[in-house]
Amino acid sequence: MPALATTPADATPVLALDRVTKTFPGVTALDEVKLGLYPGEVTALVGENGAGKSTVVKILTGIYQPDGGEIRIDGEATRFPTPRDATAAGITAIHQETVLFDELSVAENIFLGHAPRRTFGLIDWTVMETRAREILESIGAKLDPRTKLRELGIASKHLVAIARALSVDARVVIMDEPTAALSHTEIHELYELVEKLKAQGKAILFISHKFDEIFRIADHYTVFRDGQFVGEGHVSEIDEAALVTMMVGRDVSAVFPDREARIGEEVLRVTDYAHPTEFADINFDLHQGEILGFYGLVGAGRSEVMQALFGITKPSAGQIHIDGQPVTLNSPADAIAAGLVYVPEDRGKQGAITALPIFQNVTLPSLGRTSRGGFLRMAREFDLAREYTRRLDLRAASLDTELGTLSGGNQQKVVIAKWLATQPKIIILDEPTKGIDIGSKAAVHAFMAELAAQGLAVIMVSSEIPEVLGMSDRVIVMREGRMAAELSGAKMTPETLVRHAAGI
Amino acid sequence: MSLTDHATGRAIPDRLRTPLDKRIKSWETLLLIVAVAIFIANSFASPYFLNAWNLSDATFNFTEKAMIAFAMALLIIAGEIDLSVAAIIALASTAMGAAVQAGAGTPVLIAVGLGTGVLCGAFNGVLVTRLGLPSIVVTIGTMSLFRGLSYIVLGDQAYGGYPSDFSYFGRGYVFWVISFEFVLFALIAVIYGIVLHTTNFGRAVYAIGNNPTGALFSGIRVARVKFILFLLTGLMSGLAAVCLTSRLGSTRPSIAMGWELEIVTMVVLGGINILGGSGTIPGVVIAAFVMGLVTFGLGLLNVPGIVMSIVIGALLIGVIALPRLWAMRRR
Repeated sequence: MPALATTPADATPVLALDRVTKTFPGVTALDEVKLGLYPGEVTALVGENGAGKSTVVKILTGIYQPDGGEIRIDGEATRFPTPRDATAAGITAIHQETVLFDELSVAENIFLGHAPRRTFGLIDWTVMETRAREILESIGAKLDPRTKLRELGIASKHLVAIARALSVDARVVIMDEPTAALSHTEIHELYELVEKLKAQGKAILFISHKFDEIFRIADHYTVFRDGQFVGEGHVSEIDEAALVTMMVGRDVSAVFPDREARIGEEVLRVTDYAHPTEFADINFDLHQGEILGFYGLVGAGRSEVMQALFGITKPSAGQIHIDGQPVTLNSPADAIAAGLVYVPEDRGKQGAITALPIFQNVTLPSLGRTSRGGFLRMAREFDLAREYTRRLDLRAASLDTELGTLSGGNQQKVVIAKWLATQPKIIILDEPTKGIDIGSKAAVHAFMAELAAQGLAVIMVSSEIPEVLGMSDRVIVMREGRMAAELSGAKMTPETLVRHAAGI
Repeated sequence: MSLTDHATGRAIPDRLRTPLDKRIKSWETLLLIVAVAIFIANSFASPYFLNAWNLSDATFNFTEKAMIAFAMALLIIAGEIDLSVAAIIALASTAMGAAVQAGAGTPVLIAVGLGTGVLCGAFNGVLVTRLGLPSIVVTIGTMSLFRGLSYIVLGDQAYGGYPSDFSYFGRGYVFWVISFEFVLFALIAVIYGIVLHTTNFGRAVYAIGNNPTGALFSGIRVARVKFILFLLTGLMSGLAAVCLTSRLGSTRPSIAMGWELEIVTMVVLGGINILGGSGTIPGVVIAAFVMGLVTFGLGLLNVPGIVMSIVIGALLIGVIALPRLWAMRRR
């Protein structure tokens, strides 16, 4: 394995973890791991879900206390008993989902908890607004500090979250999956921001599942696997394959499954489909054994089309035919009965009921089949749950385990199992591999291929170009609520997708 | 990847803990211990406590409230609440009183009582599920509305003159000391227990309470389930109105004043999460007994009513805070 022993020796790390251990009842989340962050450089922390990345972030931000080992700042051992201590030591974090407040202004959101004060502890609004404006300018965000957050879009809110992280005098900036919710252009703006922060001499810890990002902006990498330190080195001295091998501890040769589509009868036809505000003029068909990709930027209306098909929102016009028969789908219950199911993007909120056990999640839409006369039959439920979770190679302590305790990848497997158990004709997967680790990702991809091979019609909404190209037989590109292009065969290239999605 | 090969998927056990093991280490067990302790303490505190007729009388302290509490439990598990239940009793009782003045017999009175309850429940249900209003606001509003109507009709008057066979519902005994109300309470407890714990409907109630969006996305008809729950709560309030009116023999607009809070207290004491998503019917049954025993025991000791509500309040906070404190110490 390359570069395993190389340690970046450019300077003393600003922040270092040395043999840090953290255990929870029954699990060792971190086992004597090390990590070093250097001024003006980006260190990528790489690992599958469950590798211990989030635990490291929580230790560095004072949320968790390590059970063993040392945190060092400029070589001196230190402790962060509370998040405030971590902030005081110059550590700030941009989280996957920073909690912001819709009813407060941009400036208030940025300075909540550490607003500049005047005498008697009153907030100094003038200073606050000026400083908010400075910070926003420094990251290239054209936002008025006085705007209510409610009035901003997702991307602008993300900039506010970043500004909030930078409003404290930070030497170390942790970016935990910062691009997860961003579109193509916004990601590029984020790259520029990272360059600016580097130029200011800040040490950056960058956590991402996306390799192109890591190779684009990171200087160093550190790899964890199952809570253990595996290796570190310079990004310039390693390639993607070697990094993946270190992460998963095995060779992942083919990222996408080879498959030969056997396209059958038309299952779904959507004609002149429209919604009062979200989309219009949607026309497409879908066949047995086909994987139809939907690509577009965030906000292009892809999920909205799918949720209307699933009966969540009401379309204003258009027809749906399933197996040649016109159908009206007024609720998810109707859609499920017609054989059309939807795996939503937002797993925690829409896809699953995390407080219920695994088996109850799997059987929830299939209770009509497992029960008799409206009465539950637990044994049937366990049979169904066992059958489908096994097909997806679920890892869990028991089928009675609360779903929320599983990793993201395993939760996604349960959600997919739940829909397969309804024996659908059409399955719509909305960003099916978002935020899950490489191992689970490959599993989901292989399983999608298998479903199509069995004659299921699959729609996959995805913002990841490699995934769209690697999995789809045909791709529909959406832009601003309309179909920008329908591509197949040789026309399916990264360039054409991006061009149609952006409208260039 | 191994997952394409079905046979190699790892075997996952169905359960790690048996249902019995879970039950032993549950809230309901803790509550049962509290109930037994109160029972023992009462029998030492007053020589009149361990008397079959006295104990039978004690059940009237909770039977009517508990009927509503079962329906309320389902509603709260589903993430909603109905604070208008006591006002529904007042309105249903007033409607029955008016029917008596018009010469109605017992079967008609029951139909009027239950019908008024169902209509009130449907009204709440429509406002919450059709208009999407928060149930706590809607039912605070209808609480004033329903009782207000009773006051308009009755003022400082009272309806009386109920037929003699009507008194059976509140004063009749089925066998020895076992009252009709107690039998009704037990029957309703069993029915609600079966509905919540063994049917698809009950599963839907838990799913909705834990995550209404996720439940909707799983094909559950969320609005319909919630509407039915409001309807049931109205129906139970109507039933409680029949029993209470029968027991008192008259209707005043202030009837069952303040019961909504006692009912919610009973539900929460029974281990139903006030934020929705968890809790059981056996828990509410035990809580009903606990509240009945405390009220009765203190009554035998001639403790004034205000002290009783202090004790009930302290009990509620104590029973809820203890497990929490326990969990904090262990962390």
